[in-house]
Amino acid sequence: MRTVHKPLPHDAARLHVTGEAVYVDDIPLPANTLHLAFGLSTVAHGDILALDLDEVRQAEGVVAVLTASGLPAANDVSPAAHDEPLLAIDKVHFVGQPVFLVAAESHLQARRAAALGRISYRQLPSILSIEDALAADSQLEPPLNYRKGNPEQILGKAPHIVSGRIGIGGQEHFYLEGQVALAVPLEGGDMLIHSSSQHPTEIQHKVAEAIGRPMHAVRTEVRRMGGGFGGKESQGNAPACACAVMAMLTGSACKMRYDRDDDMAITGKRHDAAIRYRAGFDDDGRIQAVEYIQDIRCGWSRDLSLPVADRAMLHADNCYNLPAVSITSTRLRTNTQSATAFRGFGGPQGMLGCERVLDHIAFTLGKDPAEVRKVNFYAPQNTPRPDRTFYDMPVEDCVIDDIIEELMESCGYAERRAEIRAWNRERENLRRGIALSPVKFGISFTLTHLNQAGALVHVYQDGSIHINHGGTEMGQGLFIKVAQVAAEAFGQPMEAVKITATDTGKVPNTSPTAASSGSDLNGMAVKRACDEITGRLVDLLASLHQVKPAEVKFRNGGFEVGGGSYSFGETIKLAYMNRVSLSATGFYATPKVIWDRIAGKGRPFFYFAYGAAVSEVVIDTLTGENRILRADILHDVGKSLNPAIDIGQIEGGYVQGAGWLTTEELVWNADGKLMTHAPSTYKIPACSDRPREFNIRLWEQGRNREHTVYRSKAVGEPPLMLGISAFLALSDAVAACGDGSVYPHLDAPATPERILAAVARQQGVRA
Amino acid sequence: MAKIEFTLNGEPVRAEFDPPTRTVLDWLRESRGLTGTKEGCNEGDCGACTITVSYLRGGELRREAVNSCILFLPQLHGKAVRTIEGVRGPGDEIHPVQTEMVRHHGSQCGFCTPGIVMSLVAAHSNGEQRHDDVLAGNLCRCTGYAPIFRAAEQAALVPPPQWMAEEEFPAGNGNARIPEDLDSFAAWYEANPGARLVAGATDVGLWVTKGMQDLPPVCFIGQLLELDFVRRADGWIEIGALVSINRLYRRMRGAHPGFAELLRRFGSVQVRNSATIGGNIANGSPIGDAAPALIALGAELVLRRGGERRQLALENFFIEYGKQDRRDGEFIECIRFPVQPDRLRCYKLSKRFDQDISAVCGCLAIDVSDGLVVRARLAFGGMAGIPMRAAGAEAVLTGSPWNKTSIGAAMQALRDDFVPISDARASAGYRLNVAQNMLLKYFQEDTRPDEPSSVLEI
Repeated sequence: MRTVHKPLPHDAARLHVTGEAVYVDDIPLPANTLHLAFGLSTVAHGDILALDLDEVRQAEGVVAVLTASGLPAANDVSPAAHDEPLLAIDKVHFVGQPVFLVAAESHLQARRAAALGRISYRQLPSILSIEDALAADSQLEPPLNYRKGNPEQILGKAPHIVSGRIGIGGQEHFYLEGQVALAVPLEGGDMLIHSSSQHPTEIQHKVAEAIGRPMHAVRTEVRRMGGGFGGKESQGNAPACACAVMAMLTGSACKMRYDRDDDMAITGKRHDAAIRYRAGFDDDGRIQAVEYIQDIRCGWSRDLSLPVADRAMLHADNCYNLPAVSITSTRLRTNTQSATAFRGFGGPQGMLGCERVLDHIAFTLGKDPAEVRKVNFYAPQNTPRPDRTFYDMPVEDCVIDDIIEELMESCGYAERRAEIRAWNRERENLRRGIALSPVKFGISFTLTHLNQAGALVHVYQDGSIHINHGGTEMGQGLFIKVAQVAAEAFGQPMEAVKITATDTGKVPNTSPTAASSGSDLNGMAVKRACDEITGRLVDLLASLHQVKPAEVKFRNGGFEVGGGSYSFGETIKLAYMNRVSLSATGFYATPKVIWDRIAGKGRPFFYFAYGAAVSEVVIDTLTGENRILRADILHDVGKSLNPAIDIGQIEGGYVQGAGWLTTEELVWNADGKLMTHAPSTYKIPACSDRPREFNIRLWEQGRNREHTVYRSKAVGEPPLMLGISAFLALSDAVAACGDGSVYPHLDAPATPERILAAVARQQGVRA
Repeated sequence: MAKIEFTLNGEPVRAEFDPPTRTVLDWLRESRGLTGTKEGCNEGDCGACTITVSYLRGGELRREAVNSCILFLPQLHGKAVRTIEGVRGPGDEIHPVQTEMVRHHGSQCGFCTPGIVMSLVAAHSNGEQRHDDVLAGNLCRCTGYAPIFRAAEQAALVPPPQWMAEEEFPAGNGNARIPEDLDSFAAWYEANPGARLVAGATDVGLWVTKGMQDLPPVCFIGQLLELDFVRRADGWIEIGALVSINRLYRRMRGAHPGFAELLRRFGSVQVRNSATIGGNIANGSPIGDAAPALIALGAELVLRRGGERRQLALENFFIEYGKQDRRDGEFIECIRFPVQPDRLRCYKLSKRFDQDISAVCGCLAIDVSDGLVVRARLAFGGMAGIPMRAAGAEAVLTGSPWNKTSIGAAMQALRDDFVPISDARASAGYRLNVAQNMLLKYFQEDTRPDEPSSVLEI
């Protein structure tokens, strides 16, 4: 292999560090471009009685003001359910909902004007918390239950039982580049949209609806995003549609970028959740049955909540063979931002609930939590009769035993655990804790039809190669990986391959770049397009030499036939002169996946990605302050397409996951207003919050047993869940404050305040 | 119309400012087309907009990283500015920081990267190698920071490139009304008490970018060098109102390391470079971290109006939330506290260690003689509408033996000293609880100095 499996830097690295990389907000604007801002709801639930926008219209620089009644066509920005208007119709459903739209000559003028709207409401009762929603039976759809065996009966007879509840906070994406779109009106009412979106086709689709034109009239281009993390899967629809509609009505190009506070007030976040559990197990900690109730707070509209909640259910087993299980999932509708996709897409919540159960079991038996985990793992790969998940998928690729064994050895888990216990006995205020947690994450969209991708590859007469595919670049390194695949397929150096912006005019009907599937899907589609062109070149040379195609050898970027050889460039020239097409599309659809989400049975995933982490922390028992001292990670990315990129995903994923469970706390007040709507109050990890010692390795034996592109595995989401080990280590440190009789029952995020309260419970004090 | 002069990436610029509260970030991006500098939060908390501002002080070149999103254009007057577009060398050469960022995979989405590079470039040219601190004001959501840190370590091994050695400063003076003489400023402000004084703009900046306020006539006082001093005089340590937090941090490390450490956790490098001690006190925030430390040190203010000066104990300056004992046309000239043995310990509690606002900031100074507490000054931020002393707990401690029983009694008494609020940062119960525990922490640290007490020491 010449280009795949190599640790090449991100294709745009030099553009990033010099500031030359162009994001939507950096694109030079056509003359008279207008800048947009939304006027937002200030109540959580209410009827709009009157809209007084006179002051808005009269404000300096304002060109146009729109409300729902002035929209030219569809008023909907939802991904599918048609339940989310661009501008509120008669009613508002959360604090921060867009009610009207202002276009002005500058960004600041638009923002200032938008603040001048006077909206009067008849306030209606609002449902904010999980408890509120359960009490009011406010649900997006009836609860879903997946089950296997008869857990109720087994729990009645189990030797040991634990039960509890874990509250799990949401998470703001905090992509550094906020939501932004630019619409440029073209001739005949067509529209060009530059968007910071993980889902250009959906932008195209929603904009077409919003301006009342077919999809062919709209072209979406996405060169790069300044971070996505799931927050730009559906949340870019509103600014893109707003720009398109305003551009259509005014004839001017329109740009909208949310101010950070608006972004946090308007857009959805990771779903917060509460998971109740009851588990029965034997003396070794082997699980006999588990019941979960997963209450998922979805916010006011559907957005992607149903598949998110489904995926939470599908990860309630993590790496463990659960002989009998019942998972009930409620999808609660509340008067808050509509929660949306976020790296892991429900998986992290489900997995944290599962890891809590394992931790609680080990605590109850007084056993090493790592050992209790081991006895519950799915049977390793190559077992004659693989275990089946509760949703009836055989786990044929389980490698977690090997990973755990190697990791525990390399990080000195057992010795450090003993040393920490001794250290804690000598300390007055400080306690350390250590925990291991494994990850098994299902790879594929559970909405099966999304598991497809297209590509377009051109080879020019000079042998240079232009590639395009449906995937988007948000920093995850998709473009470099796919370019490596193309270079490999043609046997050409990386410089020969031009990476180009995602463009719905080049590759249509794309799936979102999500579910960690970007390189699996698009890498394969591009490879097929490349192979198609190579096949034509082979056919040409075969016909020129009057041999069978099988006698033409393609290796190291050149062709050998009939004793002679042709370089790639020579062959390309020859093909052009012989009128052979040097452009091809490629298409890939993931095999094997089939899924019935209502029954909860099938094979939702092509394969699983595995990994494990050991985290060590220290807490201050007088203040609750805490630190991650060390993290060791071993992760399976199959045969890595690009080890440098993959390590970056793992490193960043861990820190983002640990942030979710520690410092990142979303707080809404009693009126439903988000109080943590800026980085001044919402704290993502800063530089010094990363583990002081941070050891990350790719699992060297990794090789995907399924036929993925060069046997690699997806890496986008799985590492986020490695951060669960930091949370469990904090729980371990809290437990070290007591005599072993009181389980910490820590909720997430484990802020200093929650840790201090948990320490107080250990000391027999009710906080 | 007023004009200012500065240099931008080596080229002289004469800019009109109208309004005077146009931010440097907006000007760079919208008027100059320099889009390498990014807007991430528009409130000085993410660092994506970081640029460097250089000036000469006593013939010495100082290059500082600042947030351009909450910096007003007139604040650049007389200075040399570099943006990400201005740190690369001739031809294809790039700065060592940029080279190492590429080599160590320090960028993923790349949006925070120009700001990170600018923070690292400023530190690199100053020889600063505490990279965690340098980067505390630059949020990255993709990388987890480790590769950026490695890049910073490697870049530190290479000397600053020759093209970064100097800065071009503007030749003329423009005609902006930016006071440079203290007496004439004092007279002007007495006559124009409605003006809004702006020093570093790290707070006022947000009134514009987030509050979208129209400010009254603004007077930029950042160039009043007469108020930029830290000196020892007649048994006092005197601090001019316009001393930046970073400068104060460097000056406090010897005499009061606990205060210095608190100042280190004040905002970020970018904020500390712009923010001034006078501004921190004058805005009267109940959670401004400098006030409790200075109160515990027994500080007083020197307030000035026209030619008239008065002294005021710092704790008496804060009357109630949003209200200070400052008369029209009066400004803080200097803050001073007695030279004293260091008995001060400061505890800042927040969700995140770096660049976070305190839930509670407790600054305690307890003097012990012959086993008895002779004086206790226990000052807290975040416990009331103003920075405030724990009078009851102080009374219990004073005269008591220096032991755990007295601490327990003081902790009990402290419960009655405050009625804190619950907000997004912490609950009232937590605030009260940790404020009490700070007394215990102080005692343990004082009596068992070898035992690690903070998670930061592990």
